[in-house]
Amino acid sequence: MKHIVRKAFWDFEKEEQWLNDMSARGMAFTDYSWCRYVFTDTPDQQYIYRIELLENLPTHAESIAYLRFLEENGVEVVATYLRWVYLRKPAADGPFDIYTDIDSKIKHYQRINYFWTVFMIIEFAAAIPNLTLGITNLLMHEPFGNFSYGNLIIGAATLSLAILFLALDLPLRRKIKKLRQEKAIHE
Amino acid sequence: MPESNERGALTEAVFYILLALYTPMHGYRIMQTVRDLSSGRVDLGAGTLYGAINTLLEKKWIQPVAGEQDSRKKEYAITTLGKSVVESEIKRLQDLIETGRKIVRGI
Repeated sequence: MKHIVRKAFWDFEKEEQWLNDMSARGMAFTDYSWCRYVFTDTPDQQYIYRIELLENLPTHAESIAYLRFLEENGVEVVATYLRWVYLRKPAADGPFDIYTDIDSKIKHYQRINYFWTVFMIIEFAAAIPNLTLGITNLLMHEPFGNFSYGNLIIGAATLSLAILFLALDLPLRRKIKKLRQEKAIHE
Repeated sequence: MPESNERGALTEAVFYILLALYTPMHGYRIMQTVRDLSSGRVDLGAGTLYGAINTLLEKKWIQPVAGEQDSRKKEYAITTLGKSVVESEIKRLQDLIETGRKIVRGI
């Protein structure tokens, strides 16, 4: 039977953990579209799930070559969304991790860090001119017309988003820093 | 620390992948072989292996095995350059062990 769950995650590792918890209870994740997860009934603990952010879109030649390599190694591509891919492997095959050394873990976190940073910059870029224009116009008793509050609202909204993306990104930056420290001592 | 990498210390993953490829094989076999060679200690993730294979191909330490064009699974083998890298790594490790033993056990 199919089950549809609507849920939103900011942290891909929490999302991954949730998919694995669901799998442990016999609900195997089979498809994703924006905030919509599809599950089918399977025996408990049938699959281990991993989520990865690719360097390119899944349709890019390099991604196709990479995903084919994964499939040759018994990894199934369950769903793709933008540059995100949802992967799984039967739990019977043993532990399943995509990245097992510090270098490649750092690279993956950096990719995600960059992903959020781009969103953050876009929001800041929208917030600053809106706020500046709105405040200037308001302080000068609206010489340019009656639009200050519109700018202030848009400015505040985009600024909140920028701060949200910044906050989301902080744990990632901390993880990258920790891995770098570890790398200075051992592999 | 790129300097230390340039000076010769290989990562465990790379060292074992190079050792595995003294016999030509494809990706999945490399993972199994590395696991066996390291008595289960080094379990390569597919993403890590893929990155390592591409880097080693670029450095020409390994090469794709010619022939078997229709085979979907590409096989790789270590090159002469790769073998010389492995040999100098073994020497480096030996020096490391000797120095360690000398100081720790006074031998």
